[in-house]
Amino acid sequence: MGEILLEFSNFGFQYNAQAEPTLYDINLTIRKGEKVLIAGPSGCGKSTLAACMNGLIPFSLKGTMTGSCTARGRETRDMSIFELSAIVGTVLQDSDAQFIGLTVAEDIAFALENNCIEEPDLHDRVKKAAALVGIDGHLQHAPEDLSGGQKQRVSLAGVMVEQVDLLLFDEPLANLDPATGKQAVELIAEMHEKTGAAVVIIEHRIEDVLHRDVDRIVLMNEGRILADMTPDELLSGELLIKNGIREPLYLTALKYAGVTVTPAMHPSSLPGLLLAEEEKELVRKWFREAHSKRQIEARRDLLTADHVSFAYPKGQKALRDVSVHMKEGEMLAIVGRNGAGKSTFSKVICGFEQPFEGDIRFFGECADDWMSLSIKEKADHVGYVMQNPNEMISQTMIFDEVALGLRTRGVPEEEIRERVEKTLDICGLRPFRSWPVSALSYGQKKRVTIAAILVLRPEIIILDEPTAGQDYRHYTEIMEFLKALGEEGFTVVMITHDMHLMLEYADRSVVFSDGAVIADDSSAGVLTNMDVIQKASLKETSLYTLARLCGIPEERAFVQSFIDYEHAHGKRGKAKEEVRT
Amino acid sequence: MKSSPVKTIVAVGIGAALFFVLGRFVAIPSPVPNTNISTQYGLLAFMAVMFGPVAGALIGFIGHTLIDFSYGWGIWWSWVIASACFGVIAGLAANRLRIEDGEFGTKGIITFNVFQVIGHVIAWGVIAPVLDILMYKEPANKVFMQGLVGGAANIVTTAIIGTLLCVAYAASRPKKGSLSRED
Amino acid sequence: MRNIFNYIDRPSPIHDLTGATKLICLLLWTFAAMLTYDTRFLAALSVGGLLLFAVSKIRIRDVSFMLGFTVIFMVLNNVLVFLFSPLHGVTIYGTKHVLFTISSRYVVTAEQLFYHLNLVLKYLSTIPIVLLFVCTTNPSEFAASLNRIGVKYSIAYAVALALRYIPDVQRAYHEISQAQQARGIEMSRKQTLFKRLKSAGAILIPLIISSMDRIDTISNAMELRGFGKNKKRSWYMARPFRAADFASMAAGALLLVISIGLNIVNGGRFYNPFIS
Repeated sequence: MGEILLEFSNFGFQYNAQAEPTLYDINLTIRKGEKVLIAGPSGCGKSTLAACMNGLIPFSLKGTMTGSCTARGRETRDMSIFELSAIVGTVLQDSDAQFIGLTVAEDIAFALENNCIEEPDLHDRVKKAAALVGIDGHLQHAPEDLSGGQKQRVSLAGVMVEQVDLLLFDEPLANLDPATGKQAVELIAEMHEKTGAAVVIIEHRIEDVLHRDVDRIVLMNEGRILADMTPDELLSGELLIKNGIREPLYLTALKYAGVTVTPAMHPSSLPGLLLAEEEKELVRKWFREAHSKRQIEARRDLLTADHVSFAYPKGQKALRDVSVHMKEGEMLAIVGRNGAGKSTFSKVICGFEQPFEGDIRFFGECADDWMSLSIKEKADHVGYVMQNPNEMISQTMIFDEVALGLRTRGVPEEEIRERVEKTLDICGLRPFRSWPVSALSYGQKKRVTIAAILVLRPEIIILDEPTAGQDYRHYTEIMEFLKALGEEGFTVVMITHDMHLMLEYADRSVVFSDGAVIADDSSAGVLTNMDVIQKASLKETSLYTLARLCGIPEERAFVQSFIDYEHAHGKRGKAKEEVRT
Repeated sequence: MKSSPVKTIVAVGIGAALFFVLGRFVAIPSPVPNTNISTQYGLLAFMAVMFGPVAGALIGFIGHTLIDFSYGWGIWWSWVIASACFGVIAGLAANRLRIEDGEFGTKGIITFNVFQVIGHVIAWGVIAPVLDILMYKEPANKVFMQGLVGGAANIVTTAIIGTLLCVAYAASRPKKGSLSRED
Repeated sequence: MRNIFNYIDRPSPIHDLTGATKLICLLLWTFAAMLTYDTRFLAALSVGGLLLFAVSKIRIRDVSFMLGFTVIFMVLNNVLVFLFSPLHGVTIYGTKHVLFTISSRYVVTAEQLFYHLNLVLKYLSTIPIVLLFVCTTNPSEFAASLNRIGVKYSIAYAVALALRYIPDVQRAYHEISQAQQARGIEMSRKQTLFKRLKSAGAILIPLIISSMDRIDTISNAMELRGFGKNKKRSWYMARPFRAADFASMAAGALLLVISIGLNIVNGGRFYNPFIS
């Protein structure tokens, strides 16, 4: 067993501004060379625990500590944040905020500069750290010229440039597309091997993290540690689901098929999964019975974009000959890597940008030619919801925020009252209608921004990353709400990186790559098409791999059956109930 | 203010970036053709009351200098210094306000506006023109007239935008209260 | 996005000078130009600035857009000066040579025209050097330079942060304003002025409130990487001074000395050709 780096015993913490403690009875040891995943739903205290590890608590965030928290045997409260940061290096979730330098090289150098390291050491060590994470070809690049994955590599290099004993990753996958997320997990594993540092990953996307082995998973909820065990043990039980964490899809599929998951099967790794022949047969049998019979009904076109091309001034072509048809009442996912043209496309649809070629037609009730409408007039038909609700909300009170678009349109106040209340009803916000926005949770704020768009009664609503940064429960809450909107006849278009969202909620997925549409198919079809997956930086679903493992050649049909089975039975009903309470 | 030194430095950096973007790109057409109303002083007043007079001075100084640099028309130290002075004076209200704790009522609005008006009067009515005369030997009546017009416009924009910002920020602070759901 | 400040990376002797040297020279030069209205000196500075421009290999076309603003600003300022104070030159130079009369208030005098010439020279003597500084100094070097000339490193770093986050703020502003426009928020002339300002508020509030969250995250990130640990810090972009740097700084200092000297010789800020 390695040397103890961090040790919490009977540790608790309460923020000054809060009435209740955030952490209770934490007993946790991290040893040199270990790799530990800390998982838990939003608000479970995992971020607070991370802050206790790197010293933001107690040095930057104030509150009361109880019990003991030591780093290399010393109580952290007797150290300084600087001493602690020489032991624990942190890679924050928001890589734009962590990227402080004007260029890659300067950012990597930041910690060395603060330590007064001079030439020639300074340049040398920066070069070495950059090479270690594979960003050495971009030393002079500015952050805005880098992709999300590259920025994360820079953050990592900026931490590793000093020899730390423990690397702490706070939600490293949150802002990455699926393929880049996979690479990030591989990179973390590589750094773990190369440096021998301990690794702690805070993340609720367990399936993605388990792409590479971890030694232990620490499960938290409501400020307590509920489990601290090997992944195989944890995945064989029901603890994850009970605590609002999504288990790997292939395990859900196995359970549907009636297979009992045991630690001996090695369930934490799909390539290493050991299934007996009888168990494989159970899966095949389930597939034969559940084989998808669902027909996708033909729907009327509501908005059609044909041969649309667009370029930013002085930029490359951002859209090349894009044709997408949005249909009445459908749930459509738009996917692809960052910069592939997804956002640009939705901006062109909303009229924020004018296409220089191509044709956009609208078939709903709209007297004029679509292309001649102003941004505001288009917004009466196509609503756009930004990713971050804090970037949309400008009013203090919920009612006023939702009413804003109607007021600028000169709607009489009685009608506004009626329409806003009805919309708040649909969005489940009626009980809060006279609350200030600030009293709401992030997910509720998101609903306020959706309500503020819905109140204009658009036929189509476009959402940029509707579930970014949400845990499973909030994800389900938001998505079930959007699904209900779809059932009410709204067309819901979702720009997303989340493959679960695609699989579970989108009737259809349009895949962008380099400004062009490279696939337009059912989500099951897209996520089993290796060619598209590779080009668009997606990741094949683990159901696909499971199908192959069990000798089912129709992978696509298998995936579709799984989705349909979930629609019919699965946890949806249960999740819905939870949302209602 | 209670914020840590590093946080103040970051506030100065982000504040100056905001000041720059507002001053350079957020132009509200004014009633006079071809002239725009500057919104950045509303922001500066807000940042100054949040982070204190030193931060206010630095945001005004750095932000204004960067704007001058980006236009390439030389650095007009007289106006840069006036911006910094406005930041200081607005920042003197910091200790009398508790926006961070979510408090910004009528009394707060009055305090904020008294300080911002005094700040603009001193910055544009005294400092900028006097420095213009001392440094650049420009005619007195011209520079005082410029200061008067500019100062008046800034007072109006700060009164509206600055106050709105303070109200919105105070409202966005979590408060422990007794909110109850309605049916 | 850094082209807001129009840095042009093109090898030249001016580019080779360290940022600190250029900053010191810029300050010395602009103060020298500010202190005096000696026509001969300002003219010499103007010519000198243009020569340096040629040395730096920056072309007029590279800065034409910035020059546009400057010309407008210069013309406007001259017009204003004349409108408000048509006899400012007479007060300064103490004589009155009327060239022609427009109205009883507006008389064109040789003194006034000479004053305007000086005003124009004031621009011409400083603008090339400011443009030169902006175009040849890597923004990354700027903060290190400030620290080098004695500005506290924390303040120097605030400048670096401003430069770093300007593109981010600009992008956020653009996106927020598009989304708000779709909701009917307008800042165009169609609205009354009060409404325009309120609309600006509706765009600026989300921008600034979300920036306040940003401040917390960034300062945490900086503290976690040791910012503020020591009394000083080193800079990745700092470069050692070389002979050319010392020579340039000496030349800059000389200009300032000449400028001060001229103030003494001329017995005031102005060179007066009207009284010989």
